[in-house]
Amino acid sequence: MTVDRRQFLKLAGLGGVVYASGLARAADSYTSTQDEFFFVQLSDTHWGFEGPALNPDAKGTLPKAVAAVNALAEQPDFIVFTGDLTHTTDDPKERRRRLAGFRDIVKDLKNPNVRFMPGEHDASLDRGEAFKEFFGATHYTFEHKGVSFIVLDNVSDPAARIGEEQLAWFRGELAKRKPEDRIVVLTHRPLFPLYPAWDWATRDGDQAIAALMPYHNVTVFYGHIHQEHHFKTAHIEHHSAKSLIFPLPPAGSLPKREPVKWDPAQPYRGLGFRQIEAEARPVEYKLTELPVVKA
Amino acid sequence: MNRRLVLGMAASALLAAFSARSQEKVVRIQARKFSYSPSRVTLKKGVPVTLEFTTADVAMGFNAPDFNVRTDILPGQTSRVRFTPDKTGTFVFLCDLFCGEGHEKMSGQLKVVA
Repeated sequence: MTVDRRQFLKLAGLGGVVYASGLARAADSYTSTQDEFFFVQLSDTHWGFEGPALNPDAKGTLPKAVAAVNALAEQPDFIVFTGDLTHTTDDPKERRRRLAGFRDIVKDLKNPNVRFMPGEHDASLDRGEAFKEFFGATHYTFEHKGVSFIVLDNVSDPAARIGEEQLAWFRGELAKRKPEDRIVVLTHRPLFPLYPAWDWATRDGDQAIAALMPYHNVTVFYGHIHQEHHFKTAHIEHHSAKSLIFPLPPAGSLPKREPVKWDPAQPYRGLGFRQIEAEARPVEYKLTELPVVKA
Repeated sequence: MNRRLVLGMAASALLAAFSARSQEKVVRIQARKFSYSPSRVTLKKGVPVTLEFTTADVAMGFNAPDFNVRTDILPGQTSRVRFTPDKTGTFVFLCDLFCGEGHEKMSGQLKVVA
């Protein structure tokens, strides 16, 4: 039996007894093509956070997410963490303890091809110094099966700026690509001013978006706002991911940005991660939101 | 429009501007980890205001997105923003310079009355 990736993921998503035997064969016979693949996005794990009213399983949620990724019917081509790996602390030693703790947990991911980027909780108090010690550069590119991934750092500057130097690098990287190339930008904060009153913005994000405008196939995946959100600036799609520690309410729905409290009747509600299936013809990204713990 | 009417309108406009300027308010706000003092400020619509900021400890920010004003607040310096509130209501301001563990709770309110 051979199935294409779309069929395979559909079957995997349905699961259940009826498809169990078929799935095993499908998994064995699946072969990746140059044009299509899938990856997983996890975000805002805030390792080190403590607050039983918001997440009484703060120490258990990340390991559960790692187990959930490992339990996927098929392993992704790679995994990305879009920032706020740790919860902020004013103590540089504690920051490093938290980064080390996070790193040790995600070492258990079956797929070692993992990409990291910082959030403001990891990097804004020391301009990314501790993050770099553990995970390397805060902005970089990588290529995967015909897609250019560009990681932008909009958090090492405590003022939430990408900055002129990095923007020049970004424009230089884009200049190497053709207008029709497939480009994915990974970053932490929204590049567009989603809701500045809650600090959901990048101060010079408009310059990054302007640089991307000549490119026809651009999608941005980010974190920061602890919930799913989908938006378009012209032809550019922006998709934020859920958190793995606590959800935040929709923009402006409350006078203040207060995290959503844990609901014992629905534990882990609003938390999760995302599977992203990349298609080349036509260029599209199919998003599947997955829970930390299956209901 | 006759000359007398034009002169009268110009005089009224000048008087209104002078009146607003004479009422101009200066509010001093001190930032410290992780609060503003005062954190609630009442302003009057149409009356210019200058907000003067100092910080007692680390670098902070002030951002009132509804009025498109912001400034850094740096140790040892006084920062100022001047604007004229053009709408009534209660509006959030926040620290937009990541300043530490309590940064995300560091905010205040501008109440603008008629």
